[in-house]
Amino acid sequence: MALKTRRGAAVPADAPFALMVEGPHGPVVHAANPAAEAAGVHPGLRMVDARAVCSDLRAEEADPRGDRAALLDLALWSRRWCPWTTPERTGIAMDVTGSTHLWDGEPALLREIEARLGRMGLSVHLAIAPTRGAAWALARFGSGREVCGASDLAARVALLPVRALRIREETALLLRRLGLRTVGDLAVVPRLPLARRFARAEPKDNPLLRLDQMMGRVPEPLPCPDEPPRFLARAALSEPVLDPTPLLPSLAGELCSMLAAKGFGARRLALTVFRSDGAVSGVEAATARATRDPRHLVRLFEGRLETLDPGFGFDLVTLGATLAEPLSARQPSLDGQRDEGEDLARLVDRLGVRFGPRALSRPAFRESHVPERREAWVPALDPSPPAPPVPQAPRPLRLFDPPEEVRVLYAVPEGPPAQFIWRRVTHRVTRFAGPERIAPEWWRDRPGTRLRDYYRVEDHEGRRFWLFREGLLGDGRGAEPRWYVQGAFG
Amino acid sequence: MKCVNPLAAPDSMADRFPTLCEVFSPTATDGAATGFVLAQITPKARGPIFWVQDRLSRHEGGRPHATGLAFLLGRPVDLLYLEVRRAADVLWAMEEALGCPALAHVIGEVWGDPPALDFTATKRLALRSERSGMQAWLFRRAARTDLSAARERWHVSALPSPPMPDDLRAPGAPIWQAELFRARGRMPGRWVARHDTANGRLVMGHHIPAPDPAPPLRALG
Repeated sequence: MALKTRRGAAVPADAPFALMVEGPHGPVVHAANPAAEAAGVHPGLRMVDARAVCSDLRAEEADPRGDRAALLDLALWSRRWCPWTTPERTGIAMDVTGSTHLWDGEPALLREIEARLGRMGLSVHLAIAPTRGAAWALARFGSGREVCGASDLAARVALLPVRALRIREETALLLRRLGLRTVGDLAVVPRLPLARRFARAEPKDNPLLRLDQMMGRVPEPLPCPDEPPRFLARAALSEPVLDPTPLLPSLAGELCSMLAAKGFGARRLALTVFRSDGAVSGVEAATARATRDPRHLVRLFEGRLETLDPGFGFDLVTLGATLAEPLSARQPSLDGQRDEGEDLARLVDRLGVRFGPRALSRPAFRESHVPERREAWVPALDPSPPAPPVPQAPRPLRLFDPPEEVRVLYAVPEGPPAQFIWRRVTHRVTRFAGPERIAPEWWRDRPGTRLRDYYRVEDHEGRRFWLFREGLLGDGRGAEPRWYVQGAFG
Repeated sequence: MKCVNPLAAPDSMADRFPTLCEVFSPTATDGAATGFVLAQITPKARGPIFWVQDRLSRHEGGRPHATGLAFLLGRPVDLLYLEVRRAADVLWAMEEALGCPALAHVIGEVWGDPPALDFTATKRLALRSERSGMQAWLFRRAARTDLSAARERWHVSALPSPPMPDDLRAPGAPIWQAELFRARGRMPGRWVARHDTANGRLVMGHHIPAPDPAPPLRALG
């Protein structure tokens, strides 16, 4: 059985919408909704061509890694119906052999799956067939909810196009040029010449092998990913308690021994308390590095349990690692030096717990000349990004974000400022250097964005600022250029 | 504890004993205090710089610009930046950071005179800094020079820079007027300071004598 999920986006179904990915020559369409496909937008098309054929197309960046992770999660969740499931590139394969009777037969199982996934907002294409290849083909090229028995397999798949064989588009095109349009055409051709022609093709792209897999002549076992291990320590209490803090060290110790037994460390933790009247609440914490040090885990929850409303008391407290990563045992070095990365990770954890995981940040270098874009602030919990390199031209020590508009007096409109008023203080410019022109990035900025001419200026008291004029007089992109102060030098 | 000759001008700022220093700047928008502090970050210092600001400081004084810091120091700078809402959080974060030996420097910025920043709070920071051997800086803006346990307290403001040889209209290398108005184990004084970019250290130039108290104005009869 195969199942295909369409990426659900919060757009009306009748508005053309596409997801794009970066290709070698600019963005290409990654997926399109039915309205867009009706307008002629299909995956693989360049985004500029897609906008040409469909002018009101809305597009967003695709997230292939996120999609893969979501598909894996969905495949693991689908083990409610049968024990063997695996994510494919665009769908989920499930081996329902021996489990359909639990769901009152195959058609009822398909209805159940469709209803369950429909409630999650997913539209599905389903098929049950004797082989994985046939189910893949029927889910994509069949009626959408199909059950195919072993006896009518050959007759059913004979009508499908050759693309249904899970081969590459180029191979399918080659077969079509040979006059082989359907799977049935391919099945009646003598095998020897075909085998000779595709002798060098990869096994995954060999139509004969794919045909044999579809017909069940070659076995195709289902690889089945293991479920990630779960770590949860519980403390069930005979009498309700009002404060779960004293339980925390033993819970953390238990969790850490579970993590150590499997060779894992916790990256995200959730402490959940169950009140005796049934209400459930919890506290979460994240760590910058996988850890299984009970004392550190306890410190992460320090002072945060007071926010929990105890009501009549808690009778169950659980501490779980909601995200765990492999962590091999480490030996301290012989000279007794401390691991500095470890110390830093603990600091990041404690600050993250108190001020939120996004508060502590690091500057990450981005390829851009626009100063505010050159540095992106990424959470320090993430793997450390490349630090901004040493620039060629002087840059201010402090940056005002966003830049603040100033009123400027100048001798000539294209020239440097002679005086500016900023925050109701008048600064007379005694020295200046510039302009340094930074042009808008046409591949990123909106049309009509104006260029910037940067000046380093020093005022009569020796204070130094970084000013820029946005645009030029008569550049056809708006009225009088405006001036901004963006930074202060040391 | 290392002894410093109390009468010597603090020309070798780099090898003094790390402690808590407060730096006041006369205007909020001034970058002079930042330059003065960063000029004292030696190339020897390993590990990231921890920088914490309260929200008003970031609004009024801007946030640190890692590219600019890299230009000043001549090498890429690893920065850990935290923005918090209240001054009490700045002090808490600085205290936590001073307990982490992996950091190179700890820099905090507090706006105004919040009640949380009293003698006890500064004493805690100073003791922590001395115990861990890590230099801590506290930027004060729009603040009065109230009671504080900081071991060194500076007033730093910008001075018009000397002319640049290549371009007489352009701003030259920055110089600052640095006034040490309270210090432990060292004479207060007032100097012209500049950044020695070749050696990556702060150089205290000539001493500025303290201005005489202004003679009382006498009306001319």
